Amino acid sequence: MAESPDRGARRLPGGKPKYSVFSLMRNARRYHQDWQQAWRSPEPKKSYDAIIIGGGGHGLATAYYLAAVHRITNIAVIEKGWLGGGNTGRNTTIIRSNYMWDESAAIYDHALKLWEGLTQDLNFNLMFSQRGVLTIAHSWHELREMSRRVHAIRLNGIDSDILTPDQIKKLVPIINIDQSIRYPVMGGFLQRRGGTARHDAVAWGYARAADDLGVDIIQNCEVTGLRRKGNRIEGVETTKGFIKSPKVGCVVAGHCSVLGDMADIRLPIASRPLQALVSEPIKPELDTVIMSNAVHMYISQSDKGEMVLGAGVDKYNSYAQRGSFPVPEHMIAAAVELFPILSRLRMLRHWGGIVDTCPDASPILSKTDVKGLYFNCGWGTGGFKATPGSGHVFADLIANDRPNSIAAPYALDRFQTGLLIDEHGAAGVAH
Amino acid sequence: MLLIDCPHCGARDETEFACGGEAHIARPLAENTISDAEFAEYLFWRDNPKGVFLERWCHTAGCRRWFNAARDTVTHEFIEIYAMGSLPKSKAAKDAYASAWRRQTASEKAAKPAQKTSGKGAKS
Repeated sequence: MAESPDRGARRLPGGKPKYSVFSLMRNARRYHQDWQQAWRSPEPKKSYDAIIIGGGGHGLATAYYLAAVHRITNIAVIEKGWLGGGNTGRNTTIIRSNYMWDESAAIYDHALKLWEGLTQDLNFNLMFSQRGVLTIAHSWHELREMSRRVHAIRLNGIDSDILTPDQIKKLVPIINIDQSIRYPVMGGFLQRRGGTARHDAVAWGYARAADDLGVDIIQNCEVTGLRRKGNRIEGVETTKGFIKSPKVGCVVAGHCSVLGDMADIRLPIASRPLQALVSEPIKPELDTVIMSNAVHMYISQSDKGEMVLGAGVDKYNSYAQRGSFPVPEHMIAAAVELFPILSRLRMLRHWGGIVDTCPDASPILSKTDVKGLYFNCGWGTGGFKATPGSGHVFADLIANDRPNSIAAPYALDRFQTGLLIDEHGAAGVAH
Repeated sequence: MLLIDCPHCGARDETEFACGGEAHIARPLAENTISDAEFAEYLFWRDNPKGVFLERWCHTAGCRRWFNAARDTVTHEFIEIYAMGSLPKSKAAKDAYASAWRRQTASEKAAKPAQKTSGKGAKS
């Protein structure tokens, strides 16, 4: 794998007071009345060197790395709603890099390396917890396919181990490994470096660190048009007026086709609802992330004690941020069979996000036919884990106007050349 | 849960259906002469509108027949359900058909048969 990435860590050079246990104690003495503002809410300037559309994790990470690594600080992040209010606040926070193809291993492990230490880079507690991600096999065929995959993953230097049902039972005592159930646990594979992070904190940490470097974060500002002159981007029309910029990066997940249509850029994306839910909080009993491709379910326990469950996408295109009931019903049925202890738990919250699914289940990080217009989309159901890596390589793409070796395979032209990166299999459900 | 009005069986639960994605994508007949970029329009580029979307559904757990539908992707409302091989009749769906960027693509133009055929394969 590649050498360690340029993290651009400068620990808030802009002069924001640092968060630490001491600042917590100091502020506790003042009844928490004097906490400083984490980021400004500026009015947009007339022009910027670069504009990032979308104030989710990926967009804010892009802005942060543009400022921290590439020293481009005259940037605006434009967000229609509030920071991290889209898919960043709606996912199940799973982080892993156990993908099969070399191209995927490169980008997802790049992200994982950035996750390791990101709390320090941003001076923001992301509650990053490398508790391990365990994927379960329910048939001999699946187990064989899994071991083939594990060997491919290990060849790329990414940790992965096959576990037997007994080892799984030891790791996850509440799992049912009885061979008489409809989809019995036949084995699984574990990435110990995988885990979870606090999703809101990722958006807030990047926002605060980017703001510290001078990035303008403009919330409640919707992009209504992309203005181009001939073959070159001129800027964006927004609800707060026209903002000029020679470089515009679109990082809007489910709405990427809507932005694409504004500039006559065609994308292979279908926007679908992806649902998730949490149970009422219970005492700690699950300290690993469990995924099952065959019964279509993934589960972890949050630090608050809620069981966090997710499954596959709904079957139809939608922009409604809600899906159909049969999907969560199916996900709960699968969870209860594997974890009978969950059967009496009540559901606390249930929601949907709009994910940008791509034909090969791999993202798009690409220049477009319009000079200065870049797209970062197509992460589908698995974007959260890639947040730092996606922002890091996309910032590099925007700054240098050429993809680096990690981003190059993810260009839009792969749908013409046929060099697809098919991750439907490796992805499983929690892609 | 969507209630979908199958033209053959009547209103049934969504779980009986499979969604086939964008409708009216015609396969280019001149596949040896059009470019890779144009073929990608047919194969991968997809209309993904926020609003009226023309799509195909199949009643997989029922009559197993395909049909077209015009559905709003924000409200999930089915505006019109119409037969395979035909075009929509309601105004909203007709507008969506006419204004779709796909109508202008080279791949769709290459899908028009050179000489008169039954027209079955070209429009679906």
